[in-house]
Amino acid sequence: MIEQFVIPTLKILIVLNATLVGVSYMTLLERKVIAWAQSRLGPMRVGPSGVLQPIADAVKLLLKEDITPTKADRWVFTAAPVISMVPALIVYAVIPFGPVVRLFGRDVSLYITDINVGLLYIVSVASVGVYGIILAGYASNSKFPLLASLRASAQLISYEVAVTLTLVSVILMSGTLSMVGIVNAQYNAHVWFAFVQPVAFVIFFIGSLAETNRAPFDLPEAEQELTGGFHTEYSGMRFALFFLAEYANIIVVSSVATTLFFGGWLRPFPHVAALHFLDLIPSWTWFLLKSFVFLYIFIWVRATLPRYRYDQLMRLGWKVLIPLAIANLVLTGIVKVMLL
Amino acid sequence: MAEAIAFYTLAAFILGFAVLVVTTKDTVHSVLFLVLDFLFVAALYVLLNAPFLAVIQVLVYAGGIVVLYLFVVMLVNLKRPPEAHQDPHRLSKLGFGLAGAVLIELGAILMSGYLKAPPAAAATPAVLPVVGNTEQVGWLLYTRYLIPFEIASMLLLVAMIGAIVLAKREL
Repeated sequence: MIEQFVIPTLKILIVLNATLVGVSYMTLLERKVIAWAQSRLGPMRVGPSGVLQPIADAVKLLLKEDITPTKADRWVFTAAPVISMVPALIVYAVIPFGPVVRLFGRDVSLYITDINVGLLYIVSVASVGVYGIILAGYASNSKFPLLASLRASAQLISYEVAVTLTLVSVILMSGTLSMVGIVNAQYNAHVWFAFVQPVAFVIFFIGSLAETNRAPFDLPEAEQELTGGFHTEYSGMRFALFFLAEYANIIVVSSVATTLFFGGWLRPFPHVAALHFLDLIPSWTWFLLKSFVFLYIFIWVRATLPRYRYDQLMRLGWKVLIPLAIANLVLTGIVKVMLL
Repeated sequence: MAEAIAFYTLAAFILGFAVLVVTTKDTVHSVLFLVLDFLFVAALYVLLNAPFLAVIQVLVYAGGIVVLYLFVVMLVNLKRPPEAHQDPHRLSKLGFGLAGAVLIELGAILMSGYLKAPPAAAATPAVLPVVGNTEQVGWLLYTRYLIPFEIASMLLLVAMIGAIVLAKREL
């Protein structure tokens, strides 16, 4: 009873809440880091150094008037923010934060579930998330959101191909689709896959920037051209949900990058006996630390790089990243067959 | 028991959404019901202990093909009212004819032996040298069903070349 229902429910509650808090504080982190990059202070008023800013933002957005345009497709307009938020959250079901640990006299796994198609599950759930963006643009019944959503979905579909191909290279290395299995494969291989698959990792990272609509690929939110983006007609909390979904996706991508390429919960050099004192730090801390580095890089990239033009974006995706990913995949396959 | 309840619930949702797909006036809504239908079919695969198939169903159909449907439907704008038919019953007669043909076909399959002798191959799954759903699917695709698999990929390649030829004015 406890094993079957209580513990999974508790885990889901903890992961969901931690994610939502993380997502709201991601907004603060982004504003602060960009402010520092531009020699500003960022939010300073609410709480010491502005640490309560996300809460103030949430209260403000909840109290704002929620407007539905008269000509909008009412049902789809309401469903679109939900459709983009839900896939971003249910992906956390298969992300391993740590191995099985002894906790209060029980063996508790630090992941919600370990299904044997974990990686494919993440890819397929993420592919459903694109509906939120398409439908938001369509249901607004307004030309700029429609244009933005067409851009966004074309971009998502293009870069999904390259990203998925790099995942196949990782699967070839690990021989399993399970997220826990991939981390264990890196433990057994004595190396993080980022070092044996550097090309795959770089393509994965660039593709992830594009898939999460982040700078320098944030064309769907190009204010100068689109008066906002696919969420132009949204207001209040429904507007905020799109941003929360975007940040949730960034955290997902960071966690997936950590798991696939940087050894997940493993500490650095898990086989070196001289570094055993590092085991004092719990495994999930390593995972969060590595993911946090990725979150920081995402923001850093946004503060540094200017936006791509649309044709450059498409050329990079189809003519550079996808051929490179295919070449990398073929090479990985050849090396794998030769060595075995 | 629990499995039966889950199956009939899922089946009811699948059929309900399927009916909504064909009866809804707004084409975009119709496509959205199709997505829901595909998601519930994926749930049915999970119930059948075929997680790989379920995930691929979501990835390929719900997340891939229907997005393209949605593009087409959104861009051609089907919102204007359809023109009046010449003979409103012509299509429904055709529909009844086709439905009758499918019914007869299903009946024939049912009569011709499915009830008398359950197929032996399906009843006893082949012993495979690999464990795990994904591995087994891969093993079967590349051994027993290699030729159909290759033919299917040739078909996709031909379709792809056809699309490029159609889309490009000059090659």
